[in-house]
Amino acid sequence: MELDRDRLLWLYERMRLIRAFENRLHDDFAAGVIPGFCHLYAGEEAVAVGVCAHLGDDDFITSTHRGHGHCIAKGVPVDEMMAEIRGKVTGCCKGKGGSMHIADVDRGMLGANGIVGGGPPLACGAGLMASIRGTRQATACFFGDGGSNQGTTAESLNLASVWKLPVVFVCENNRYAETTSTDYSIGGPDIAGRGIAFGMPGIVVDGQDVFAVYEAAGEAFRRARDGEGPTLLECQTYRYFGHFEGDEKKYRTRDEEGHFRERDCLEGFRKTVVAGELLSAAELDGIDEASEAAVVKAVEFAEQSPLPEPAECLDDVYVSY
Amino acid sequence: MSERELTYRAAINEALQLEMRRDESVFIMGEDIAGAPGRDDPEMVDAWGGVMKVTEGLVREFGPNRVRDTPITESAFVGAGVGAAATGMRPVVELMFIGFMGVTLDQIFNQAAKMRYMFGGKAKIPLVIRTTIGAGFRAAAQHSDATYSTFVHFPGLKVVAPSTPHDAKGLLIAAIRDDDPVIFCENKVLYDTSGPVPEGDYTIPLNSAGHPREGSDVTIVAISRMVNLSLDAAERLSAEGIEADVIDLRCLSPWDENAILESIEKTGRLVVVDEDTPRCSVASDVAALAATRAIGFLDAAVQIITPPHTPVPFSPPLEDYYVPDVDSIIAAVKATL
Repeated sequence: MELDRDRLLWLYERMRLIRAFENRLHDDFAAGVIPGFCHLYAGEEAVAVGVCAHLGDDDFITSTHRGHGHCIAKGVPVDEMMAEIRGKVTGCCKGKGGSMHIADVDRGMLGANGIVGGGPPLACGAGLMASIRGTRQATACFFGDGGSNQGTTAESLNLASVWKLPVVFVCENNRYAETTSTDYSIGGPDIAGRGIAFGMPGIVVDGQDVFAVYEAAGEAFRRARDGEGPTLLECQTYRYFGHFEGDEKKYRTRDEEGHFRERDCLEGFRKTVVAGELLSAAELDGIDEASEAAVVKAVEFAEQSPLPEPAECLDDVYVSY
Repeated sequence: MSERELTYRAAINEALQLEMRRDESVFIMGEDIAGAPGRDDPEMVDAWGGVMKVTEGLVREFGPNRVRDTPITESAFVGAGVGAAATGMRPVVELMFIGFMGVTLDQIFNQAAKMRYMFGGKAKIPLVIRTTIGAGFRAAAQHSDATYSTFVHFPGLKVVAPSTPHDAKGLLIAAIRDDDPVIFCENKVLYDTSGPVPEGDYTIPLNSAGHPREGSDVTIVAISRMVNLSLDAAERLSAEGIEADVIDLRCLSPWDENAILESIEKTGRLVVVDEDTPRCSVASDVAALAATRAIGFLDAAVQIITPPHTPVPFSPPLEDYYVPDVDSIIAAVKATL
């Protein structure tokens, strides 16, 4: 796998920005300034970034309730995201969606989704568009171990397979669907095998290693764009925070959390590129600082932005009615 | 020169054909809409043309890429329609029977209906879901519903239910060109009915009511096949000197409130005839409109004719009991006089 310097920098910048964004939200939620629910992506950054590294502006992703990382990896500006999560009119959905429905269709981000398993059929549709039109656009469909058990996911794997749709199914297996562990909920040895059952490659990937995700996704998108059909990547990862903010995480041990934090994707990246003399520690430190600064700026933007006028409740239901 | 007549089925087929010729982004998909997908044998092409033969012939003109047979996987292909619409296509998805919405409802009401709103108006979902409604085929409870009221309830969806071939064509063309998701309800008992249908393309506004009969004594607001029964009832009433003003509520969401209100203002009496079940229905919605906006014009209690609040039964005498008939409409009209 050849990764040039610019690509390495991009991977780290995106992962680091996601981490800074989510850590800040963790603090802000505890401080009581975030309305509603927040499902944070910290810990899983290598998956979104390793996958979206292969996507251009005219490619698409579908997402989950844990969608901030997917947005940032796909290029949604963090100012607009932070404003959205705060319910501000300058948010990317004008304050109508919030964290759980954060979206940017113009940038190919077809929405975080409050319905587990809601996204895979939509991903098939984006893939179908490209297939009918004969373009080389591809779609990444993110879902979790919980979503892997929904019928919509099974149906979508089958439909994408029989129509050879340019969709890469990315299962983020973070071991817990809310409180329910995969030991309890997954029949069969793994989730990747479900792809094989539907006639596509099903590959288990170390989701803590951005290089492993990048490489596996690269082949999956090559297949997709060349008309060879979908792939299922099961990226094994871990969420650092609870299912949602405020979750006491009584369903898992601190030992287990420590084990995964020792395999942190950012630390792993740093060790590899510094040891290999691909990037310097000082460069990475600079990205760390820039990421924190970008998030501070996003929070300022959000705080200074106005709330929507109440009557804006009535807008945007239809194009015309 | 007499006007050209087409069946309701042929009118819908022609609307699909014209729009697919006009706009490359229009495609259709559903279960067995051509038939025998993937078979090379030319004898098998278009084996069914749709379970009701509404899409017959289209695969020969447009090919299997745009006339796309799906596996039996309603959640996936309805959702794929939503995703394709969100990314620039104009899909027309056939959901064989409205009862099948039970397996795909999330993709319709949580995804298609809400995406534009959740995304702050930055998405549009120009999707049409064609589906069939209506009892009368002895098809029993899961293939005979007329549960369009369910979709009327969801903000973000438009719902239409034409009663004539003319309206079926004009409303379907309008639905395909519309930028919002539209549930297009075809009454399967009407497929073989005929009526005048102009050549070429034309559209009917998706918020308009039809007004097939004028009268000054009583307003009958009816939907889909119930319009035809109401017109039959109006003929018989006319012989007794009672003139009914019949409103065809072909657009259910949005709807033409003024057409209803103006008619009530003229007649002072209202009968609503609806094939959907009675609770939380379009019929009760029309009655509520009259109660809240036209109470001062009403000279009698509103009469509502619907099936009973039961699933659709199978056995012929049971199903015949279930569906409203001309006699029940006449009795309801007389109850208002």
